[in-house]
Amino acid sequence: MKTIEKLISDAAVFDGLSEDRLRLIAGCAGNVHFDEDAVLARHGEPADVFYVVRDGSVALETFVPARGAVTIETIGAGEVIGWSWLFPPYAWHFDVRALSTVRATAFDGACLRGKCDDDPALGYELMSRFARVIIERLQWTRVRLLDVYGYGGTR
Amino acid sequence: MAALAEPALAPMAPRPFRVVSRRRETGDTWTLELEPEPGAGAPLGPQPGQFTMLYAFGIGEVPISVSRVDATRLVHTVRAVGPVTEAICGLRPGSVLGVRGPYGNAWPVAQAAGRDVVIVAGGIGLAPLRPALLHVLEHRAEYGKVTLLYGGRTPADLLYRRELDELAARSDLHVNVTVDTADATWRGDVGVVPKLIERADFDPASAVAFVVGPEIMMHFSAEALLARGVGGDRIQLSMERNMRCGLGHCGHCQLGPTLICRDGPVYSWAALQPLVAVREL
Amino acid sequence: MPDVETSVIEPGALDALVDGLRERGYRVLGPTVRDGAIVYDDLASATALPIGWTDRQEPGRYRLERREDEARFGYAVGPHSWKQFLFPPRVRLWKATRRDDGAFEVEDEAAAPERFAFLGVRACELHAIDIQDRVFLGGRFVERDYAARREDAFIVAANCFEPGGTCFCVSMGTGPKADAGYDLALTEILDGEHRLLLEVGSERGVEIARGLPLRPAMPEDLRAAEAAVAGAAERMGRELDTLDLPGLLARTLEHERWDDVATRCLTCGNCTMVCPTCFCTTVEDTTDLTGTEAERVRTWDTCYSVDHSYIHGGAVRPTGRSRYRQWLTHKFGTWHDQFGTSGCVGCGRCITWCPVGIDVTEELAALRDGEEAVP
Repeated sequence: MKTIEKLISDAAVFDGLSEDRLRLIAGCAGNVHFDEDAVLARHGEPADVFYVVRDGSVALETFVPARGAVTIETIGAGEVIGWSWLFPPYAWHFDVRALSTVRATAFDGACLRGKCDDDPALGYELMSRFARVIIERLQWTRVRLLDVYGYGGTR
Repeated sequence: MAALAEPALAPMAPRPFRVVSRRRETGDTWTLELEPEPGAGAPLGPQPGQFTMLYAFGIGEVPISVSRVDATRLVHTVRAVGPVTEAICGLRPGSVLGVRGPYGNAWPVAQAAGRDVVIVAGGIGLAPLRPALLHVLEHRAEYGKVTLLYGGRTPADLLYRRELDELAARSDLHVNVTVDTADATWRGDVGVVPKLIERADFDPASAVAFVVGPEIMMHFSAEALLARGVGGDRIQLSMERNMRCGLGHCGHCQLGPTLICRDGPVYSWAALQPLVAVREL
Repeated sequence: MPDVETSVIEPGALDALVDGLRERGYRVLGPTVRDGAIVYDDLASATALPIGWTDRQEPGRYRLERREDEARFGYAVGPHSWKQFLFPPRVRLWKATRRDDGAFEVEDEAAAPERFAFLGVRACELHAIDIQDRVFLGGRFVERDYAARREDAFIVAANCFEPGGTCFCVSMGTGPKADAGYDLALTEILDGEHRLLLEVGSERGVEIARGLPLRPAMPEDLRAAEAAVAGAAERMGRELDTLDLPGLLARTLEHERWDDVATRCLTCGNCTMVCPTCFCTTVEDTTDLTGTEAERVRTWDTCYSVDHSYIHGGAVRPTGRSRYRQWLTHKFGTWHDQFGTSGCVGCGRCITWCPVGIDVTEELAALRDGEEAVP
């Protein structure tokens, strides 16, 4: 458990949490490893887990008919994947696939939700950190919507 | 400085240069290598960051940054976005176009000596940055950690693919390439360039960053660099505006108090930020 | 120093002046009445001067009126400035011919062989010429066509004694007296005998002056000339507080006055055409039908055109608001950063020839007041 605590304390999303809180969270965590091209999650599957990538990179994908698998975003070391565990229906929105061998920490969403119900202050801490992750992702996605490399003229 | 002396031609008269090689980079972008025609004077000897005015006979002239510094050849990477650039991109080896220049100021590579260097490129922006990157790599021992962060619209829109693969294989340089959209065959990052800045490995207290891309992308990149602690005076960008002469006479390339052909195109974010903060300046 | 002392000539001697210049091969250009205005054109003789004419100028209004005397220079300035000769609206820069092997040869356009003599150059106009000298001759690159036209130009200044309704050269420090930059300077005196004081400013001026019927200037001539110019300084049509204009304009880029002027400005660009210092140009690259002969022509341009700031499929300054702001802040503010002086000489042409009568002195005063009003 001590090793897990150290590992999760390095993750930016848990930055600033007290040792007690980290220990609480670590109680819902475990080490995982994925081979290249392994599928971590599929659209529609129950999302009772989220990951913090420690090594390697992961793609958020969706399958578009007649186009194939389209990568929406890639997530790398130190970043979080998965926030569908926060709200019902607790289902993955996208597919998640390992682009390389991946070492990550996996978190049991139901376990954490339980701990947040017991300790609302912990819940607030986690919610505000995840909100920050989601906001940053949204902001960068909005920048991508600008399609800055497209020639904005008559062509 | 023989390269600067115009051989008896007026500053607005182009010198004929012949296309010696032409390589397609993407669907709308080509790299041309040019050599001066006999009697057209010495090779230009541009500095990294400078540009020339390229003339398509009878059609028009456009400012294009130098995309590689070479002893005998003038190298330009051109995107076909209008009648002049389309004509230039259509020139086969053996064709002749006109060249004036080089104009403008250079990337302050000497100033970055002893420091980490972060090169942030978006789209065609990698072209004016390539000479700076190649200079740093040619004098590798003089610099600290070197990072290239490069983004494009899709993998098919990336420039210098083979060169990028070679650069990525080097151990003395970190390369991170990202695209806005990709299918699953792309193994690199998907996401915007400024996001790569957050996780890049450099010392913000002393690093120098060179940034070129669409203006909005440069804006977000500069802010991401500032957020990491890189001072505005160590963030250098290359600006573009409408240019008709390159000589400081036509009045078109003004951005507030500065003339981009004469005082730029390279500026620090510290100098630029108050100007680009005013809409429609 | 020239050995010709400050002298006096009769108005009739201006004929000898024009003749003397023409004999030496100068193309003499000066003020003349045409199309209801005093314009600059070729002068066959001094009788073509606007004898007995004056101008009445207000924002958006220009009329000629008859004077009660026969003053040669009894007006302010008209729609023309000398830039149309030194920096013509349309100049072919070069021609090029494509060879069979694809290469082309550029044939430089020979610089203008003619030598200009400008008769009746105002102090404000001398400053304007100096300002354009800085733009075209003072940088890393010299504008060759301008340099050739400028080099041999002979300048006969005419000190103002009749300022216009839109003049503010005193505020800009550019007049009404011509201090330097002329070969000869005339000050017309109407007090008592109608005569002109003649001062020399160069060796060339001395040479021309020697061919005129001169008499030495007496103390009363000098006093009368001084009084005439001083009188002009007191009757300026406009005033402008020039204190730290560059700073003011840099601080008020989002002032609501810009929205106000934008409702009036037509972005017609008249002001840039009549302004003696505006220098924006564009180039036209053309070819003949066979595609073997090409040429490049340089023409006057205006920052009021949407095309002026076009880049990547759009204009950086698409609105009239930003284009007016560009012009005014450049003229009075960023010109200092770019060329080391103000771009304005206080001639008032932009005020007179604006079809809706926008007055730059009023706009600048409004920006300054608005700033002081902010707590």
